Amino acid sequence: MSSYLQLSGVNKTFGNFTALGHIDLEIEKGEFVTFLGPSGSGKTTTLMVIAGFEDATRGEITVDGQSLSHLAPQERNIGIVFQNYALFPHKTAAENVYFPLQMRKVGKKAGLKKAEEMLELVGLSGFAHRLPKELSGGQQQRVALARALVFEPDLLLLDEPLGALDKNLREQMQIEIKRIQKRLGVTTIFVTHDQTEAMSMSDRIVVFSDGAIEQADAPLEIYHRPATRFVADFIGESNLLPATITDAGTRRATSPVLGDVTFGAEGCPQVSDGQTVDLLIRPEHLKLSRDPKEGRQNAQMQIETIVNYGDNAVVIGHASDQQIRVRVPGADVVILKEGDTCHFSWTEDAVFVLTE
Amino acid sequence: MGFKLSTLPDRQNIWPWLLLAPLAIYLALFFLVPLVEVGIMSVTEPPPGLANYERVLTGSLYRKVFLNTFGTALLVTVCCLLVGYPLAYLMSTVSKRAAMAILLLITMSFWTSFLVRTYAWMVLLGNNGPVIWLMQTLGIQDPPPLLFTRFSSTLAMVHILAPYMIMNIYTVMQKIDPSLIRSAESMGAYGRSLFRHVYLPLTAPGIANGSVLVFVICLGFYVTPVLLGSPREQMAAGLIGNQIEQFLAFGLGSAMAIVLLVVTLIILGLYHRRFGLDKLYG
Repeated sequence: MSSYLQLSGVNKTFGNFTALGHIDLEIEKGEFVTFLGPSGSGKTTTLMVIAGFEDATRGEITVDGQSLSHLAPQERNIGIVFQNYALFPHKTAAENVYFPLQMRKVGKKAGLKKAEEMLELVGLSGFAHRLPKELSGGQQQRVALARALVFEPDLLLLDEPLGALDKNLREQMQIEIKRIQKRLGVTTIFVTHDQTEAMSMSDRIVVFSDGAIEQADAPLEIYHRPATRFVADFIGESNLLPATITDAGTRRATSPVLGDVTFGAEGCPQVSDGQTVDLLIRPEHLKLSRDPKEGRQNAQMQIETIVNYGDNAVVIGHASDQQIRVRVPGADVVILKEGDTCHFSWTEDAVFVLTE
Repeated sequence: MGFKLSTLPDRQNIWPWLLLAPLAIYLALFFLVPLVEVGIMSVTEPPPGLANYERVLTGSLYRKVFLNTFGTALLVTVCCLLVGYPLAYLMSTVSKRAAMAILLLITMSFWTSFLVRTYAWMVLLGNNGPVIWLMQTLGIQDPPPLLFTRFSSTLAMVHILAPYMIMNIYTVMQKIDPSLIRSAESMGAYGRSLFRHVYLPLTAPGIANGSVLVFVICLGFYVTPVLLGSPREQMAAGLIGNQIEQFLAFGLGSAMAIVLLVVTLIILGLYHRRFGLDKLYG
């Protein structure tokens, strides 16, 4: 049983530059998958290869068992929302949405009716006869989405579609896109470099770096059990502390900053005695106190900066030359002062081991 | 509340006008004043009244010349479009370097005085010129005359005016967002329908700009049609020149000039209402 969308050994080089190393990926029907990574990591190139705008140098892509290799972009039946929406400026919203149907020889009357139904689904009824320039950024986004979905594509590809919107509108559109995707059940790939967007929307996140997939997993899995240092660093805030394994059997390690540490068991990679690793502790899993806390592992740090966000705050301190970030509830921050020395503590479940 | 009744401009607002003054005075003295004089002559010479306009608008000779002028301008515009559009498209698809090379060739020809280019065509198309020679060599016994025909004047005018068309269309083509084309392809648009439904409408402003410029310049074109064209198919500017230089009919010539000017202004006005004149130079 193969997956709905399958990328096998997809490689893409431009001259001497390797844009994609060797991409293997399977996506199930109806899944909402996010390609996450910094710019130049290969996520957009992968999207363009799937869409057919770039040919893979090697490797194969299949949808529902059918190879896409010899199909032109026109023949792939893939809906795409571009970063800048790419709406036709000379066509009204309805005409834009009708366009893919028009190309499929759907008559004008039936096609425009379907286009208007689609506009209604994306919450734009009443805007059918406006030109793109008469619509706001969010509304243009919705038209682009309707246009990419109206012809019932096998795949929906979204290339950083929310980048140009302001924060509130962006959150609103995240919910909206997710709602429409669920309702239509269309298999969706969403490209972004915004990790919160990826976390909140995806069934699965594929983290790209340097033309390779670092990890492909459910959002929480990626957050709590990152496969590599890169993923740990890129997703969420992290404290990455070098350490040496002292006893793999009892899960003991020693770190210049934390002292002797017991690390969590679940999902940690295989380690052996004497191996150098990084310990990951998320800032929200650390607690600050004047005195060592009982029942927790403790270490000392000196507070350097406090960044207050209102409902919470990030306290940045130093412990033997290593920066430590602690996220504390906003109410706790009033008793802390920059320059104070305090204890930070954690439980063994909060310590995750990274070997790569 | 914010309304201010003021007859004197603010101090700061005087500067732009001062900077504009030399040009404005120059234009007023050497363009506006003579133009008004032409207008006055058209209704005062020889007798005061609208007799000149009556002749220009009803006389069969003048009607023929005006129709010929519009016909030629239209033909030249269409030819410029047919030549210019593919060339502009080529420029927008090749590498930046190649596009610059083509642009340089076009502007080099553009910068050459059009009198020189007109004489060059006379040499090329003349009875002892290379074109006739080639036709004879190829076995055409009695080659048709090329020079002093509608063909030669149209050809030369297309050559002289095509750069206006090419630059206008190229500017627009260059600005087309490639993701619009990709997006159309992803929705199933192939070559011909992609061109008809997406590319052509997107380049329409360039076509409109180029066409209006070429048409309007062509309406008043003097040297090339006079030197290369057939005397029997005179254009308006040539006839105006004749009236004034040969028949000393200043009034009649002025009336024709004013009619030509008004027609040109009407065309530009229509264009302005549809697209906005400022687009012509953007």
